[in-house]
Amino acid sequence: MSARAAIYAAAVAALLVLTAVAFAAGRYPVSPGELLAVVSAKLTGSRQTVPAGVEIVVLQVRGPRVLAALLIGAALAAAGTAYQGMFRNPLVSPDILGVSTGAALGAVLAIFLSQDVFLIQAFAFAGGLAAVGLVYGIGSRLQGHDPLLALVLTGVVIGTLLGSGIALLKYLADPYNQLPAITFWLLGSLAAIGPKDLAVALPLVLAGLAPMLLLRWRVNLLALPDDEARALGADTRRLRAAIVAAATLMTAASVAVSGIIGWIGLLVPHAARMLVGPDFGRLLPLAMLLGAAFMLAVDTLCRTIAPIEVPPGVLTALIGTPFFLWLFAAARRSW
Amino acid sequence: MLRVEALEFGFPARAIGRDVSFALDRGEVMCVLGPNGGGKTTLFRTLLGLLAPRGGAVELGGRPLAALTRAEVARAVGYVPQAHSGYFAYSVREMVTMGRTAHLGAFSAPGHADRRIADRAIAALGIAALAERPITEISGGERQLSLVARALAQEPRLLVMDEPTASLDFGNQLRVLDCIAALARTGIAVLFSTHDPDHAFACAHRALLLGEGRALELGAPRDVIRADTLKRLYGVEVQVVPIEDGRMACMPPIRR
Repeated sequence: MSARAAIYAAAVAALLVLTAVAFAAGRYPVSPGELLAVVSAKLTGSRQTVPAGVEIVVLQVRGPRVLAALLIGAALAAAGTAYQGMFRNPLVSPDILGVSTGAALGAVLAIFLSQDVFLIQAFAFAGGLAAVGLVYGIGSRLQGHDPLLALVLTGVVIGTLLGSGIALLKYLADPYNQLPAITFWLLGSLAAIGPKDLAVALPLVLAGLAPMLLLRWRVNLLALPDDEARALGADTRRLRAAIVAAATLMTAASVAVSGIIGWIGLLVPHAARMLVGPDFGRLLPLAMLLGAAFMLAVDTLCRTIAPIEVPPGVLTALIGTPFFLWLFAAARRSW
Repeated sequence: MLRVEALEFGFPARAIGRDVSFALDRGEVMCVLGPNGGGKTTLFRTLLGLLAPRGGAVELGGRPLAALTRAEVARAVGYVPQAHSGYFAYSVREMVTMGRTAHLGAFSAPGHADRRIADRAIAALGIAALAERPITEISGGERQLSLVARALAQEPRLLVMDEPTASLDFGNQLRVLDCIAALARTGIAVLFSTHDPDHAFACAHRALLLGEGRALELGAPRDVIRADTLKRLYGVEVQVVPIEDGRMACMPPIRR
């Protein structure tokens, strides 16, 4: 087995182990045997052999949450991977064009207007798309500049503008009912995710993933200077637009159900690149595996280490930073 | 193959050069000389269709450049940019294989035949030993050769090289010039820019002197590269002296 195949195998194994641990941990532990029994009974349509309580925990409570962690971790990592290559900068995260800030403003506005959970999610999703649409629309019309620089600068400026919108709404919000809800949303959480949220987010994430998979070789060209990529025959404007649209769709769909979860889209792609190099076709699957595994590990800890839920945003950095530094010291390859 | 007629080039807000007219046929090597900021790179970007001309005409294979798609241009013209280090750590082979872009559909990846063409280009430049090394971890000269290999993987009829000898040591400069001459013998037309007039004497059939915002001279290197034209171009006194075999060389004046 080649070194590269061993890396993918290790990532898959880690993901499986973490999934088993995630089901086993918590107030109602589910053993791997019970988990398999529930899933296989569900798939084959035969009668459940485990107690009804276990079935409910697997199918209604912990299962959706585990799947959501896997989905969101993979989506954020994929979007970050695409953006880091496209912006030729390893310090770029999926938020660079304002998708998270836009989603946050949408969600905060919905909370401020006392809307229900569904509308909060819809506002967040629409806010994310609208923010990137605005940034892309303005950034690509700024002529006479490097197109990437124009996009990044517009993203930063519009992001600040949206951020002040969020600050204003927080200032105006009812400090007893709305402000805690706003703070809670901005910290991110997977605690409230149910099967219905998953059913909405999954197709949207897959729709964003499809163009990335189809364009997986050509995306590499975006990592070259614009002139070079065009001289090689690539239509970089259309390619970039496709990737921005795909990454935005994935991120907005994830953030809408989970709130803002930082760190994963920034450092997981980075870690994956150290392991298998910058080729997008090899990088994307590994980044998604690592992102899913990491998000699941974080979320499992979030709901088990303390009597109350810990926001994942706190733990991602707490666990991720030492892991990342270890990887950086151990890996030979630079970005 | 490439025909340039009364070209005026530059940016929408600012003209850089005008009055450039020439035609380049297969197997011909033309060298562009000019001072820093004289417009060599801007001219090349215009000829590659990366920048719209401000006036005049550029034709590639008898068709106006503006009417060709990016892929059509890339199948005819290979571009070797000035080597720089701001790449991600792609291997030399991955980088060279990107030269196949214009021959592939939007959703396809390079196949067996494409990889063979890339490997041939790598071998042609004598860098097969570097194929698996990250492009960020090889020397500037090796990186320059890798970029030439990438342009060859495009299977172009014309190669545009922007200062291919800049930042190379003496030996690597001569290797690149040898490479240009060898490519021309295979029928590829080469357009390259340089800061060293001797490079035009070494391997170019014609030299274009670009200065004062226009084409000052165009002709055989020994006809147009003279003490007076170099003085006009660069503002310094040099001697252009014949050496053995009837060749010419530029000599800075001796100061004691």
